[in-house]
Amino acid sequence: MSISSLPAEGTAHASTPPVTVHEERQRQSRLSLAMVSPSVAVLLVWMAVPLAMTIYFSLIRYNLLYPGDNDFVGLENFYFFLTDEGFTAGMTNTLLLVCSVLLISVVVGVLIAVLVDTSFWGRGIVRVLLISPFFIMPTVSALVWKNLLLHPVSGVFAAVWRFFGAEPIDWFATYPMEAIILIVSWQWVPFAVLLLMTAMQSLDQEQKDAARLDGAGPVAIFWHITLPHLARPIAVVVMIETIFLLSIFAEIFTTTGGGPGYETTNLAYLIYSQALLQFDVGLASAGGLVAVLLANIAAFILIRMIGKNLTDKG
Amino acid sequence: MSDLTIRNLKKSFEDIHIIKGIDLDIKDHEFVVFVGPSGCGKSTLLRLIAGLEEVTSGSIQLDERDITDVAPAKRDLAMVFQSYALYPHMTVRKNMSFALDLAGIDKAEIQRKVEDAAKVLELGPLLERKPKALSGGQRQRVAIGRSIVRNPKIFLFDEPLSNLDAALRVLMRLELARLHKELNATMIYVTHDQVEAMTLADKVVVLNAGRVEQVGSPLELYHHPVNQFVAGFIGTPKMAFLKGTVKAVSNAGVTVALDCGPHYQLPHQSTSLKPGDDITFGIRPENIEVVAADQSPFKVRLDVTEHLGADTYCYIKLANGEMMTVRAPGDFMADYGQNAGLLPDLSQAHLFDASGKTIPRPRPPAQAA
Ligand SMILES: Nc1ncnc2c1ncn2[C@@H]1O[C@H](COP(=O)(O)OP(=O)(O)OP(=O)(O)O)[C@@H](O)[C@H]1O
Ligand SMILES: [Mg+2]
Repeated sequence: MSISSLPAEGTAHASTPPVTVHEERQRQSRLSLAMVSPSVAVLLVWMAVPLAMTIYFSLIRYNLLYPGDNDFVGLENFYFFLTDEGFTAGMTNTLLLVCSVLLISVVVGVLIAVLVDTSFWGRGIVRVLLISPFFIMPTVSALVWKNLLLHPVSGVFAAVWRFFGAEPIDWFATYPMEAIILIVSWQWVPFAVLLLMTAMQSLDQEQKDAARLDGAGPVAIFWHITLPHLARPIAVVVMIETIFLLSIFAEIFTTTGGGPGYETTNLAYLIYSQALLQFDVGLASAGGLVAVLLANIAAFILIRMIGKNLTDKG
Repeated sequence: MSDLTIRNLKKSFEDIHIIKGIDLDIKDHEFVVFVGPSGCGKSTLLRLIAGLEEVTSGSIQLDERDITDVAPAKRDLAMVFQSYALYPHMTVRKNMSFALDLAGIDKAEIQRKVEDAAKVLELGPLLERKPKALSGGQRQRVAIGRSIVRNPKIFLFDEPLSNLDAALRVLMRLELARLHKELNATMIYVTHDQVEAMTLADKVVVLNAGRVEQVGSPLELYHHPVNQFVAGFIGTPKMAFLKGTVKAVSNAGVTVALDCGPHYQLPHQSTSLKPGDDITFGIRPENIEVVAADQSPFKVRLDVTEHLGADTYCYIKLANGEMMTVRAPGDFMADYGQNAGLLPDLSQAHLFDASGKTIPRPRPPAQAA
């Protein structure tokens, strides 16, 4: 508001000096209202309308298989969603997925970023290769993993297993969640590497020299100099990745389809299956609202925990 | 004891020779200043001594102990960097104790050492702050404090004052001089600043393109530079160099004819010069007097004059187009373009042969350093 009222102030003073303060202020507020209204209107249409519709759907019985039967049912949809056996599975799987991928991408990301910071032959190419998985569409990379790498018959892993005389593993049947975590990590480690690698370049070389003179070996330099320097970019990685990892969908859809059973069903996939496999829009809307609520709680905690770290200079 | 001996030290970065064979002896308690033009290898030499760069060839000895390949932390040296290089996420106290913590020294002992250093540097009230909450001068003091607590044999400074403003620089310069006396320490100091070099040093090392040009006390370098490079590098404004030819060489000295007009009989002794040789006549701005045009055979035209208060710098155009600077008294008044004469103090004049080497001049007994 204050920003959009600035130009209004300037033009008002220049063109119409002889008006009372009161009129002037009214005119300004009308002008600034007119100026922000398009964006407010877009926001309303974009966010408020879908939200209102979702809330409305979540309170009625609305199954596409039984058209016309749209009674008001109160919180029944929420009750069904929260007590569905898929819900607990979805919650645990979402948490498991987010936490493991975060852990893997931060740890591996830091290690890779530190390693590629030393100069070696072909470093430029290695850096590009390291971040390239991030630019591949999730569906494509999931398909590549499913059909070319993890496939029990034609996959590369199976070939390696057979080479050593071992029985190839059917990853998506035996270790479905681990396989999903592997695929998602493969996509998100590069993001962490990208951010942390850039951050490494701003690490003052003289600080490291000073630490070496102070008697710090490579490990001590990593703990006392490098890691504190990376604290902030790590916070950024955690924050951004959490937001995206909460809604992982394509990787599950293309590989396991949420199974076996509910083993790889996260919240996003659960809502999808409620809405489009069981055609229960009311239940899916309730699930969506629960997911929105959970995402907000997560965002709130993250911002309290990490946001302070970010705004605190230094 | 802390005697540093450097022998035939060389350093190249990927086939580019940066340090081209340096021999240097630094005695206990000396304050040694490295000066030289930008890129001549001062920082590199300091980092070689500190062990932050690997030596290509040659040796460094500290008190009979060969430290050429010893790890930086084991050399008993401490370094203060130009950017201070404080650890940003640690408090001042932690910054200062970091080396001791790593060495696993007793906590009470560390506490005592840090507080002692803080007292010397007046850092007491700042111990719990982070570096970002300090001023430039305070950061500088923390950086020095960090080296003091380690009680090193030699302190290395790489342009430690260049990030400070002029007033603070003077203050910190005095503080460093005081610290040198108080700690009775050996210090090696790199600087661009003439005044720092002249005021702080017991011994100045002039470096040029990876070689030592001359080593000596500040006044020795000022009065008896071994070549034209050192003569031009030490002293501001720069010494004036006037081209000329040798007219006669005798026991009484050398007679030169300057391209810009005058002939001078100088007391310098040379066996190598012959009449007809090219020569460069050097005279410092403070050893010339500006007089009326008819009082000197050295006729010039005054260019811009700058009044600095205590001194006046007169820029002067010579008959053959060469420019030079004269330092005149503060109340000296002159018009732009005015004709004048110059009276150089010939006992302070320098002569350099065609290769830039100094033709020695007789030393009056009082001045011999
Ligand atoms: N790591 C390096 N790799 C390659 N060349 C280097 C490296 N470090 C320094 N040099 C080169 O060595 C030369 C001397 O550098 P150095 O930093 O010692 O100069 P300096 O005398 O300290 O200059 P200044 O007064 O500007 O600080 C420079 O030409 C520089 O480009
Ligand atoms: Mg330097």
